[in-house]
Amino acid sequence: MSRKIFTLISVLVIMSLLVAACTTTQATNPPSESGPVQTVEVIKTVVVTVEVPVEAPPTTPQVKIEVAQAPGFGETLAAVQERGNLICGVNGQLPGFSFLDPEGNFSGFDADFCRALAAATLGDASKVEFRSTTTQERFTVLQTGEIDALMRNSTWTLTRDTELGLNFAGITFYDGQGIMVPVDSGITTLADLEGGTICVQKGTTTELNLADVMATEGVNYTLASFEDVNATYGAYAEGRCDAATSDKSQLSSVAKGLLPDPENHVIMDLTLSKEPLGPVVRHGDDQWFDIVKWVIFATMAAEEYGVTSANVDDLKSTSENPEIKRLLGVEGDLGLKLGLSNDWAYNVIKQVGNYAEIYARSLGEETPTYIPRGLNSLYSDGGILYSPPFR
Amino acid sequence: MDASQPARKDRSIPLWRDERYLRIFGQIVFLVILFVFLGILVRNMLANLQQQGLSLGFDFMKITAGFDIGEHLIPYDRSHTYLDAFLVGLLNTVLVSILGIIFATILGIIFGLARLSNNILVQSLARVFIEFLRNIPLLVLLIFLYIGVFLQFPRIKQAIELPGPTLISNRGIAIPWGIPTEVYGTYLRMLAGAAILACLVGFGLSWYGRRTGRSTLAWFWGFITFLIAAAIGWIALPISPLSLDQPAVQGLRVAGGRSLSPEFMALLLGLVVYTSAFIADVVRAGIQSVSRGQIEAAKSLGLSSLRIMQLVVLPQALRVIVPPLTSQYLNLTKNTSLAVAIGYPELFHVSGTVLNQSGRAVEVIALVMAIYLTISLITSAFMNWYNRRVRLVER
Repeated sequence: MSRKIFTLISVLVIMSLLVAACTTTQATNPPSESGPVQTVEVIKTVVVTVEVPVEAPPTTPQVKIEVAQAPGFGETLAAVQERGNLICGVNGQLPGFSFLDPEGNFSGFDADFCRALAAATLGDASKVEFRSTTTQERFTVLQTGEIDALMRNSTWTLTRDTELGLNFAGITFYDGQGIMVPVDSGITTLADLEGGTICVQKGTTTELNLADVMATEGVNYTLASFEDVNATYGAYAEGRCDAATSDKSQLSSVAKGLLPDPENHVIMDLTLSKEPLGPVVRHGDDQWFDIVKWVIFATMAAEEYGVTSANVDDLKSTSENPEIKRLLGVEGDLGLKLGLSNDWAYNVIKQVGNYAEIYARSLGEETPTYIPRGLNSLYSDGGILYSPPFR
Repeated sequence: MDASQPARKDRSIPLWRDERYLRIFGQIVFLVILFVFLGILVRNMLANLQQQGLSLGFDFMKITAGFDIGEHLIPYDRSHTYLDAFLVGLLNTVLVSILGIIFATILGIIFGLARLSNNILVQSLARVFIEFLRNIPLLVLLIFLYIGVFLQFPRIKQAIELPGPTLISNRGIAIPWGIPTEVYGTYLRMLAGAAILACLVGFGLSWYGRRTGRSTLAWFWGFITFLIAAAIGWIALPISPLSLDQPAVQGLRVAGGRSLSPEFMALLLGLVVYTSAFIADVVRAGIQSVSRGQIEAAKSLGLSSLRIMQLVVLPQALRVIVPPLTSQYLNLTKNTSLAVAIGYPELFHVSGTVLNQSGRAVEVIALVMAIYLTISLITSAFMNWYNRRVRLVER
């Protein structure tokens, strides 16, 4: 009897070891065989030999060799191009930013920036694999390399930019935290919320800002925190809370998209915090960081120069403006400097559009999730969108 | 003869076919494989963390948490540390677990007995209850209770007022609650005295009962003594040790009394009814394991059915009941983590927030697993101790 059990256990152990071994080989083999990674290794070894005379500690080379597997310079782009699609982390539950439309496609502002990134890196905006993430897991899936970039209305903060091992590649949407209340509650100021209950999505910066502001203002409140967007606004709709707080963009898109009676809810006329939202990438791959950053700037610059998806073909052949020529890759080699093809920005604008088009498609006046552009206008129109020069 | 046998065996059987050595060898091989495997996992994790420039360590627990938690048994606000946030979550988990275990046991025993009732109506009601609850997932039950029941109560302005006064709204159930006055400390000391007195009475009576062979209801009288002493203490003090605080709607909240949030109520109710269905079957199995002959024999001795239960059935049934009951208690404790779906701030919910705000995934998850493991081990240690006590009855 015991021998049988022992045989069974050992067979199980061996099988599990085999499975584990197989998965690790699958995971590690492709990168080590692929070209770009090997060049990286060579670069690293060169660095080590240079460092040896300068009294490098004996452990340094070993550490360097292990690092060869890490997302080093150029690795993310190589992986994306080899795979043939971009894995983009999005919210997935937020109308106007990223959600499944009735046809089963991801649509929205964040989703379009994922497409823009795919157009720049792969030349085809449709080659995006969207991955819905919760607030809680979003940074972990990025850290572990399950996704290539995170476009999930994440607020840029110092802690996230440093300690989490992540980089914020610019700001796509300038937001502020607001509070939504039912119209008939008559609540207009923070003091009116004394003793009330406030719904919030857990693990967000809004949760921290709320605690900060309420402590400063001396308003007592009870927090009800929920796992995801649907649970949070579901509880709010049932009257569990007197108010719900989040980024104003989320409040206005949710109020119009998820609540059964959007006309009965109003966003209070106060802003609790700055919420700059932008794409996030991993530390360590500066090329990828640059690409994401400049794809966003390209959409802004295109709006500034008046390049749209409709006229980009004409402008590419006829424009005399050197700025447009450089942007569209007719002149110079800006794309090659990023490690991309020279028509990267042309692909972005042709297939996805400039910033104004992306904005209008998801958040414009004709959409049910209309948000006035406000700060998110070009600097020349009274906003703060400002692209560095394409030169 | 016996002594020479193993020696002869050693000579005739080579080492690699000797079962005794093979067994030890097998275990050593197994351990080596296990440690190598674990070693690879840990090494892999550390290497990955190092590559990403992330460090391991629990120093972050001393950092200010910065977020509020809706329900806390100890003082807590945004200026407390992550460690305090963990404690708040842990205490909420422990509260729900203990209350859940108590109520689930009571309800489970009632339904277990009802299932064995001779009354067809009672028996089939119990059967329907058990079959229904055992066969739907707990998560579904919790979400149904939360959204379908507790959030459907009237809004706070139209709160239902029950005598007591108890206020029921979708902000929770507010009940009157005692607030300690300045003589509360003195009264607690009196209660301790009363408890000692009650124990003395109980032990005395049971000693007397064993000497005379008469049934003395020792612990029943002990309890009565305690109640009388407690009542005398309450009256004897110049002011009553607890003043009753009644709940009332005040602005956006219910002030005074004790408010039980809808999340707490939904979680507790869900866990209690779900687990009690399993406990009911455990109890039924235990009671049915006592053979009918024994009950008939006890009846023929002229014992009342209550005494048969107390003296014949229960002592033997408990031996069967306690081990599976332990695993039901463990299940209940671990199932509290499903509260994350309905927003009750127990350990798993709070740790998720801490994880997200601090970004320390490995440490937080490791800590949460360690805490659940500890709670479970304590629960099963207690139940094993109780099981040994019950087993002694067997002789």
